[in-house]
Amino acid sequence: MSRVELTVNGRSVAREVEDRTLLVHFLRDHIGLTGTHVGCDTSQCGACVVHLDGRAVKSCTVLAAQASGGEVVTIEGLAAGEDLHPVQAAFREHHGLQCGYCTPGMIMSAVDMIRRYDGQLDEKTVRHELEGNICRCTGYHNIVKAILAAAGTMRQEDMRAAAE
Amino acid sequence: MGVEGIGARVLRTEDRRFITGKGKYTDDMTMPGMAYAAFVRSPHAHARIVRIDTGAAARMPGVIGILTGKELAADGIGNLICGWMIHSKDKTPMNMGQYPAIATETARFVGQAVAVVVAETRGEARDAADAVEIEWEELPAIIDPLQAIAEGARQIHENAKSNLIYDWEIGDSAAVEAAFQRAAHVTRIDLVNNRLVPNAMEPRAALGYYDAGSDHYTVWTTSQNPHVARLVMSAFYNVAPEHKLRVIAPDVGGGFGSKIFIYPEEIVCLWASKRTGVPVKWTGDRSEAFQTDAHGRDHVTHAEMAFDGDGTMIGLKVDTIANFGAYMSLFSSAVPTYLYATLLSGQYALPAIHCNVRAVYTNTTPVDAYRGAGRPEATYVLERLVETAARELGMSPAELRRRNFIRSFPHQTPVIMNYDSGDYEASLDAAMKAADYDGFPARKAEAARRGRLRGIGMSCYIEACGIAPSAAVGSLGSGVGLWESAEVRVNPVGTIEVLTGSHSHGQSHETTFAQVVAERFGIPLANVSVLHGDTDKVQFGMGTYGSRSGAVGLSAIVKALDKVEAKAKRIAAHLLEAAEGDIEIRDGEVRVAGTDRKLAWHEVCLAAYTGHNLPPGLEPGLKEGAFYDPTNFTFPAGCYICEVEIDPATGRTAIVQFVAADDFGRVINPMVVEGQVHGGIAQGVGQALLEACVYDRDTGQLVTASYNDYAMPRADDLPSFKVSTTETICPGNPLGMKGCGEAGAIGSPPAVINAITDAIGTNEIDMPATPEKVWRAIRASGLAEAAE
Repeated sequence: MSRVELTVNGRSVAREVEDRTLLVHFLRDHIGLTGTHVGCDTSQCGACVVHLDGRAVKSCTVLAAQASGGEVVTIEGLAAGEDLHPVQAAFREHHGLQCGYCTPGMIMSAVDMIRRYDGQLDEKTVRHELEGNICRCTGYHNIVKAILAAAGTMRQEDMRAAAE
Repeated sequence: MGVEGIGARVLRTEDRRFITGKGKYTDDMTMPGMAYAAFVRSPHAHARIVRIDTGAAARMPGVIGILTGKELAADGIGNLICGWMIHSKDKTPMNMGQYPAIATETARFVGQAVAVVVAETRGEARDAADAVEIEWEELPAIIDPLQAIAEGARQIHENAKSNLIYDWEIGDSAAVEAAFQRAAHVTRIDLVNNRLVPNAMEPRAALGYYDAGSDHYTVWTTSQNPHVARLVMSAFYNVAPEHKLRVIAPDVGGGFGSKIFIYPEEIVCLWASKRTGVPVKWTGDRSEAFQTDAHGRDHVTHAEMAFDGDGTMIGLKVDTIANFGAYMSLFSSAVPTYLYATLLSGQYALPAIHCNVRAVYTNTTPVDAYRGAGRPEATYVLERLVETAARELGMSPAELRRRNFIRSFPHQTPVIMNYDSGDYEASLDAAMKAADYDGFPARKAEAARRGRLRGIGMSCYIEACGIAPSAAVGSLGSGVGLWESAEVRVNPVGTIEVLTGSHSHGQSHETTFAQVVAERFGIPLANVSVLHGDTDKVQFGMGTYGSRSGAVGLSAIVKALDKVEAKAKRIAAHLLEAAEGDIEIRDGEVRVAGTDRKLAWHEVCLAAYTGHNLPPGLEPGLKEGAFYDPTNFTFPAGCYICEVEIDPATGRTAIVQFVAADDFGRVINPMVVEGQVHGGIAQGVGQALLEACVYDRDTGQLVTASYNDYAMPRADDLPSFKVSTTETICPGNPLGMKGCGEAGAIGSPPAVINAITDAIGTNEIDMPATPEKVWRAIRASGLAEAAE
């Protein structure tokens, strides 16, 4: 058994878990955050993407014990209360989701992508960067649109913040 | 159209829970004392079970119970059924092998369940499942359907007469032969429609709970049709009586047909809960999904089309072998017959059609409906034939199609279907304009200067949706009726709950169904909620598949709304002292037409529930239910154009343009409809370029059982799509809807392959057109040298 201590969405949590417990199962089964999903067993679909210490990771590929001491943000921690994160809002505005299963991972990947590119994205880059996230419903068309729109919004917000 | 009513681009009400991680899928459900199930599965494609030793596994930590097919049989759990009877042309019934939920004597495909372990944790269940020892006697596996029906082939089911499930035909073979006798030209083609794995992103899961205190059963499951699951589980599988069984399909992460069927795992979870006394949850992993979700397509077809001297189609004959896998899945028998051969007239006034279908057992995963189910296969046959014929006849593909379009409706085809409406030329024109079809030669020349082979291909599809008039499908062998039910509950404050038998797993019913209700009474969308997926809440339902939720499910809601409106008007007429015929309801008001006498909608609703002042003899309350049985199929149709560029050095195909022009009848929410088309196209492009389900021909092992090996379409495999709609109203249902869920997957594969064959100048290529296949085809055609 391993003792795992994490900060998840700003809250400290500690649990004794089997050594082999994956971060995704720690989140889902041990602390009840079921927004992070499992869609494959080969680390390819990306439904399980969360942020660990500020970077997007596939939580099915990280042991909970490995992450111990770290800071995790999941889809549940992205919105500021009632206010949606710009990427969440853009997915709704542009119909970037249908069944919703890949959506948490898509959104967490998109937030990370926009940050890494400082909001400077084009369609080709977004499509390439989405290589690690599979969606079976949308054909990606509206996901790409949503991410580009969110990147624009976040750039503007950054510029406004910088100006103030 | 109001801002939130029919035709409005309303953002989805269901989105908030999904984008904030608050969706509730089956694996998200937990119960106190819940245990986990892990299945022991056959590692062999065909093998006899000599002995199962659970001794060591049973002693492992956390193990609560290990169950095999022996216990399942002892408890009288029935075999899986196929719900659509097909008779061969010699009138004999289809040849059905026994399909137990857990194999007892023989396993017939890799992944078939052989035992189940119930343990306290996910990991403990898996560990113990791995420790169950099975002694196998391997038997030769048959993978190729042609080999399966060859003389002397080993029988896959001892109790079935042969590996041939049925030998079925439709159409007038004498009329077709006569047409071919007088044909000026005959085009022939041999095609493989590749086997696909549906791959909804949420793997199947089930949580079964038997409450001994009240002798009641509940199962949460990833289902597209929970009521059908309840019916089948009680009436055929004997797991629980129908009145004591609640089936809940909560949020479901995509289905595409694969979650229609009632699988062994959900039966076993419920049964195992009673056996072990704890709630039992199973969540499939992706490998299990590849091995056990019903696969799609898998046809081998020879087809010939006869033309007269001016390019008029005069006859079509088709011979298809359909691979069913090791067992007959729930609706498998209907897919290559009444959902396939009845669509072979396409958009064309074909006077004579004959189709023969042989369905065959092999030692592979069972095959059943996958997005489009039979209609993509029919469209692929027809649209590859037509495009090939145009090239042979030296006509433009558009011109050959135009010459043969059906132009007057209703139109009776030679293969059962009676098309009610359509304008095929309109969608062809719209697609050609959007694609700048006339500009293609210049683009091809420009690509050639860059050393690229550019091609353009089209596909004009038709499908039959809104499945289906119950009496008609009953006469064709269906074991169920295909109506839909709905209930509209108006609350005393005027808000409305709609309960529907349709299930939404991405289709957006919570928004689009509410739009129709909001429009009817002029109330805000926010005052309407849509409930589905729970057999304790919704009285009955036949579920979601075959693009039927709009044409059938919404029609049931409209019928219930009609009854609510009539009663509300009767109450309002009484209160306003006016004639019922003078009452109108709009913008949230109930008024006497042409006067200023009116009541707010909620005042009428409240009056219905206080019962203080109702017309004499009228029951209080405002709640109505309806069953809607369609009068015909609906016939969405459209034209898809694909333009590709191929690198002759690598054989890699890039889709540089994809255009869809669809006629779905009346559209409730264009944003949602476009989304459905996008997703369908991606699946169709996946079939055409990427997705291959491959079995090892000697061992029957599924080689492509993970995302490492099965090429799912990714974002950078696809372009952005140009989609639009033309509209002919469906005369068969109250809203004039035709259905949009499957079109993309139906229309796109032939468009992609027609574009590739146009680019490379040879017709000899099968799906998926991988770079290797395209590269070899280019080498064989001699175009490579020409390009270099």
